[in-house]
Amino acid sequence: MTTNKSHMLKLGAIWMLLLAIPLWLPLFGGYLALGTRVLVLGLAAMSLNFLLGFTGVLSFGHAAYFGLGAYGTGLALKLMTHSTPFALVCGVLLGGIAGALLGALIVRRRGVYFAMVTIAFGQVFYFIAFRWNSLTGGDDGLRGFERQPLDFGAWTADILRDSTMFFYFVLALFALAAGAMGLLLRSPFGRSLLAIRENERRARFLGIPVELHIWLSFTLSTFFISLAGGLNALLNNFADPTMLNYTQSGEIVIMVVLGGMRSFWGPLVGAAVFVLLQDYLSSLTTNWMSFLGAIFVIMVLFFPRGVLGLNWPESLRTVQAFLRKRGTPGGGAQP
Amino acid sequence: MTDLILFNVTNGLIIGAFYVLMALGLSLILNLSGVINFAHGGFLALGGYIAYAIAPYVGFWAALLLSPILVALLGLVIERLMIHRMYGRDPLYSLLLTFGLAFIFEDVTRAIWGATGLPFSVPDYLSQPVSDKFFFITYYRLFMVSVVAVAVSGLFLFLRYSRLGVRIRAGTFDLDTVSSLGVNVRALRSFNFALGIFLAGLAGVLAGGQLSLEPTMGANLLMPSFVAIIVGGVGSLTGTLLGGLLIGVASGITTVFWPAASDAVIYVMMAVVLLLRPRGLLGEEGLLS
Repeated sequence: MTTNKSHMLKLGAIWMLLLAIPLWLPLFGGYLALGTRVLVLGLAAMSLNFLLGFTGVLSFGHAAYFGLGAYGTGLALKLMTHSTPFALVCGVLLGGIAGALLGALIVRRRGVYFAMVTIAFGQVFYFIAFRWNSLTGGDDGLRGFERQPLDFGAWTADILRDSTMFFYFVLALFALAAGAMGLLLRSPFGRSLLAIRENERRARFLGIPVELHIWLSFTLSTFFISLAGGLNALLNNFADPTMLNYTQSGEIVIMVVLGGMRSFWGPLVGAAVFVLLQDYLSSLTTNWMSFLGAIFVIMVLFFPRGVLGLNWPESLRTVQAFLRKRGTPGGGAQP
Repeated sequence: MTDLILFNVTNGLIIGAFYVLMALGLSLILNLSGVINFAHGGFLALGGYIAYAIAPYVGFWAALLLSPILVALLGLVIERLMIHRMYGRDPLYSLLLTFGLAFIFEDVTRAIWGATGLPFSVPDYLSQPVSDKFFFITYYRLFMVSVVAVAVSGLFLFLRYSRLGVRIRAGTFDLDTVSSLGVNVRALRSFNFALGIFLAGLAGVLAGGQLSLEPTMGANLLMPSFVAIIVGGVGSLTGTLLGGLLIGVASGITTVFWPAASDAVIYVMMAVVLLLRPRGLLGEEGLLS
């Protein structure tokens, strides 16, 4: 077994912390819906990181599948069913199948090109959600559905009115998804993904079917992020087109980078930092977009490894170098 | 019906002309530096707003030229300060950096000029329709299309015949060799970036006279410009030109028959092109893959 004692300890601590959120979050002035939101966006960021951090492929259009999961879940609840889990399955299938189809189309592209194509295809679903008024409610968003209490026969979990109950419902699904991702990454399949990330050509020479693996990784990550999207729709009892827009994709990517791409739990930390900052800044100023943009810029320039991969001496040196360079006039720019 | 189709095709061509200006700038920067400039739309909007601000003092014609130059200078400063640090790094970082810059641009524009649309008035003699029958063709539209045509042919002539332009094209294929031949690649990339931003600023001024000025006007043109580049083929400027005009006309024609789908049709075109010709219509094999 490679799992040593400190690793188990770390895992235990993380899960204890997550399980106890309803107890400690109010102490710091947070409300429980904020904690649920962190979990949902954390799951979205971890799903993207499955592709970005562990396969080394940059998708900048994952909000599309996040949004499809949300619309699928919302529409199923509105039109078809009173079962929350069944609605979630519908959302996950909608987002995941769309991801599988588009993934097959773009799997041969790499780097910047892959990013561009994923952004552009992501926008298709944004426009569909935005324009198909009769089905999706267009710009106003999808309304008219509510998450339904879970019926276990003898016992009913009222996740609609009891927000703590809903939190644990989300946490349970989060745990399932995170566990599945963790197991996948530990499997030979996951090791092959890492090999592709580290050196695609060598992986190909070793006989790993690279395109198939990237397609599988892309598809799996769209399935997971659709689940996050579905949970987001349940959280708000609402879905709106901006969830599918490329700006949302950018936000998910920055959560991943904020937390640290090479770390399994990093994206969850990144999502927590992002959600709390956004909540705080938007209550403080109307110009929070500038602050958000500044976070992107500062992050990229000074802390590219994220919070968990933070190398303080190195970051300090970068800041110093930046200030020094700005001191001298940026001459020689005109040829 | 013919009038309606003609009207929408004209509209499509004009919108296509904007896509072309925007996408050519994006393409220049992408080809030489490997950076997708998300802030391009922000520069475009700024171009429109600066023209709006200085036109009362210097007049429309001077604003048409001055505003893009000012925006290009700003682009140069930002490139020297931040963006050049992203060259050679994982494209993820340049994407995130320019994405953040786009947020800041939009917010600052909104803070200074407000979120509601502002009218940018063009000289009266330009806003007249050319004839009664084709009332939708104003002199301004003709003027706009000719400015775009002049700018685009100027750019292609520059890249074809000037020493600097040849270096930019050579750098697209093999920057290392260009560098080892003694060309200052750092300065070349900065100049190239400013050139791309100049085109965005120009598009901003022209768009301001046609539509109204809004902080999001550039961001709305960003995605179609991506599609234009992908359809035309990454790495080929002629392809970008072709792609921009094609998707403009395609969305114009779709507006006649199915208005709701006019936004989505360009993505369908992209999917078809990627299926049949993965490198795009005129794309070069092996560039930026």
